[in-house]
Amino acid sequence: MDIRIKELSKSYGELYVFNRFSCCFPEGKTTCVMGESGIGKTTLIHLLLGLEKPDAGEIAGVPHGKMAAVFQENRLCENLSAAANVRLTARRKLDESAIQEAFREVNLKEVYQRPVRELSGGMKRRVAIVRALLADADCVVMDEPFKGLDEETRKLTAEYVRRCLEGKTLIVVTHDAKDAGLLGADILNLN
Amino acid sequence: MMRSITNDKRRESWMKKYGIQVLAAAFWIAVWQLASMWLGQEILLASPVSVIKKLGELIVTYDFWKSVGFSFGRIVLGFLLALVTGCIQAVVAYRFSFAAVLFGPLITVIKSTPVASFIILCLIWIPSRNLSVFISFLMVLPVVYTNILQGIRQTDRKLLEMADIFGVGMGKRICYIYISQILPYLLTACTLGLGLCWKAGVAAEVIGVPSGSIGEKLYHAKVYLNTPDLFAWTIVIIVISFLFEKCFLAGLRAIVGRIEKH
Repeated sequence: MDIRIKELSKSYGELYVFNRFSCCFPEGKTTCVMGESGIGKTTLIHLLLGLEKPDAGEIAGVPHGKMAAVFQENRLCENLSAAANVRLTARRKLDESAIQEAFREVNLKEVYQRPVRELSGGMKRRVAIVRALLADADCVVMDEPFKGLDEETRKLTAEYVRRCLEGKTLIVVTHDAKDAGLLGADILNLN
Repeated sequence: MMRSITNDKRRESWMKKYGIQVLAAAFWIAVWQLASMWLGQEILLASPVSVIKKLGELIVTYDFWKSVGFSFGRIVLGFLLALVTGCIQAVVAYRFSFAAVLFGPLITVIKSTPVASFIILCLIWIPSRNLSVFISFLMVLPVVYTNILQGIRQTDRKLLEMADIFGVGMGKRICYIYISQILPYLLTACTLGLGLCWKAGVAAEVIGVPSGSIGEKLYHAKVYLNTPDLFAWTIVIIVISFLFEKCFLAGLRAIVGRIEKH
């Protein structure tokens, strides 16, 4: 089912972020949400995830209970290993080889059993991405997923995301038009 | 080669850390010895030498180990009961705000009432043999309750939101999110509680004088002005309390570590 936003309004006091905003995220497609800083990209993600409530309007078709997300601040359990973070959110039982293979794809095979607190920022970002990919979700939402990754790792990770989520709904917030190209995504520009 | 250098460095810092501590302890023992020699009366201040001699005599007797077992079992039981009850109470208080309001005055009264008042009052209701269980329970309960409740309240909201979105079940949340976040508070509660339970438990035994307890031995040492005995039993309490605290906290860390690694 497509995710449809109709006549959405959201404000923080006097500041209107969305005023009767409508759009559609087609089922099984990748959409990159782009726009300048402060325009409301992360707010849109939070509204889709149900972390914030709209003042007015409707968001339909969100498969609550079958969602996964890559948050702007990772939101990983720092004391748990990278593998344990993935196991924590997996909706079906994952065998060790599947987890190992996923981390190998993003160049983290050597560290996937280490506590997340010992990993670098870029490594944590990839752990957050792997966690979302292995969660068996119908819809995945990512907020600046490739932030802090070098060009090569970005390409490698984007390629893996693309393969993993083929046929699933993926909504990505990004500043970089190159990300849309790497993910083969449609672009939704917030103005 | 690298590993050898790292091990050498680790050994060196270990020696430095513990060497300083041993030196500090040796300094105070020397002060104690000098003060005892200056006073020249064992009844006022027993010397470390006579205390060690007394300890040597005590630890080879069956009665010593029986007394240690008696007090250890009861005081630790009181501590463990308080740990379990305090955790359950904190969860209930977090879940239902009216329960937090209800527990508030009770915890405040327990925290501010002198332990001697509780001991004397409870002697009327509880046999002196089991008084130390209840008193150590009572002293540890507010510490565990307050710390665990604070730990639950400080749990990262963003992690809980993440768990909601991914549909993480309650069992996994408790094991991997709550326990991990509460661990520092739990360790603080246990460190404080273990110190308190020994002080309060032994005080209860000294006042209640149950037969075969460490408290009874301390009481008799006081009555017969047997200062080396008094010092020896005090050292026994300090050592047991210290060793149990170290073992308990290491065990707790190991259990949480295993859960986190899984």
